[in-house]
Amino acid sequence: MKASIKAISYYLPPDTYTNVDYFNDFPELVNNTNIARLGISERHIVAPHTTASDLAVQSAIKLFEEHNIDKNDIDFIIFCSQEFDYYTPATACIIQEKLGIPQQAGAIDINQGCSGYAYGLSLAKGLVEACERKNVLFLTSSTLTKTFHPKDKSSRYLFGDGAAATLISAGDESGIGSFVFGTDGKGADKIIIRDGGARNPVTAKSTQENRDDYGNITSDANFYMNGTAIFNFALRKVPLMISELLEKSNMKMEEIDLFVFHQTNRFMNDVIRKKIGIPEEKFVNYLESCGNTVSSTIPIALCESIRSGKAQKGQYILLAGFGTGLSWSATIIKL
Amino acid sequence: MNIDDFIKKVENEIDEITPGVLKPDTNFRDIAEWSSMHALILIALIDADYNVTITGEDLRNSKTMNDLFNIVKSRVS
Repeated sequence: MKASIKAISYYLPPDTYTNVDYFNDFPELVNNTNIARLGISERHIVAPHTTASDLAVQSAIKLFEEHNIDKNDIDFIIFCSQEFDYYTPATACIIQEKLGIPQQAGAIDINQGCSGYAYGLSLAKGLVEACERKNVLFLTSSTLTKTFHPKDKSSRYLFGDGAAATLISAGDESGIGSFVFGTDGKGADKIIIRDGGARNPVTAKSTQENRDDYGNITSDANFYMNGTAIFNFALRKVPLMISELLEKSNMKMEEIDLFVFHQTNRFMNDVIRKKIGIPEEKFVNYLESCGNTVSSTIPIALCESIRSGKAQKGQYILLAGFGTGLSWSATIIKL
Repeated sequence: MNIDDFIKKVENEIDEITPGVLKPDTNFRDIAEWSSMHALILIALIDADYNVTITGEDLRNSKTMNDLFNIVKSRVS
């Protein structure tokens, strides 16, 4: 049997953080009109006691309802996030119970950030094509905003919370093609929460404020991102990853109908798109109303492209993610 | 390549700069409220127009437009 994406839905938490809210918090940036080029006007923010798995469960319920899917048909759950409910058990097991998915289903967590979507698709494809799974429920979810320092003006502008649910099913036609993966652990410190994991416990020093070259403030207990380093990483790696994938897939750039990249921000999307030479009409920008939702940006943008008719049945769509790790992955799907 | 062209490109890219104000000895951090967004704009511009990579460290070690221009010049192949 061959694997393909059958349905996508997503869920954003109800509370929003608009640009009006943002400029109230950071009035010194009101006149910096360049910020508008990031292309974000609001983000959805998770409530304090809601977890990434809660958002993922909501996205799965929407998937079942919107696409008339029977939960009893699900035989595997993949939960991709960076925020898990407990040290143990795996959050995917909690999700199995909450959704009432049969006990015959397998369930695993994968810990990846912005590169996570293609990684999850590769596992789902393997489960369908090598392990006789029929319907894999692949959930991506992020509640990263909980980790931000209140004075972190970059992260608070760029990121929003949300979750997406993708159903990958077995069929006669192949809908998920070749993959390219990559890792550069040398850059692990470019996007990191240093303290609070197994390596560095939280100490009194963890909450000490650190200021970067641009007056951005965070601490070792909070999310940290080196924006210029990540920008340079994406400018070098993404074009290489795309040409490698096209070569591996024996396809030309012109044969790709649509490009759905991880949505970091509009400015970066435009710069990368132009560098690769992708025409604007074949490129999806979807983050104005939700910001960067980490591993859910690609399924959200893909879902909206299907809804708007920009993505259509039979088309070849190139998906590419990149970010914390450093990690990157890409694939070509056929809708 | 010359510094006047370089300065013109930067003036065109960054919204808050009135054309003609930027000089070779201008400290680029005095551009409005210097932010990481300005850094990304400079990195993107230099990558697209000169095919040169400028890092966060390069920016940290430069002060004026001239310093920045000299880095670009030294790396143009």
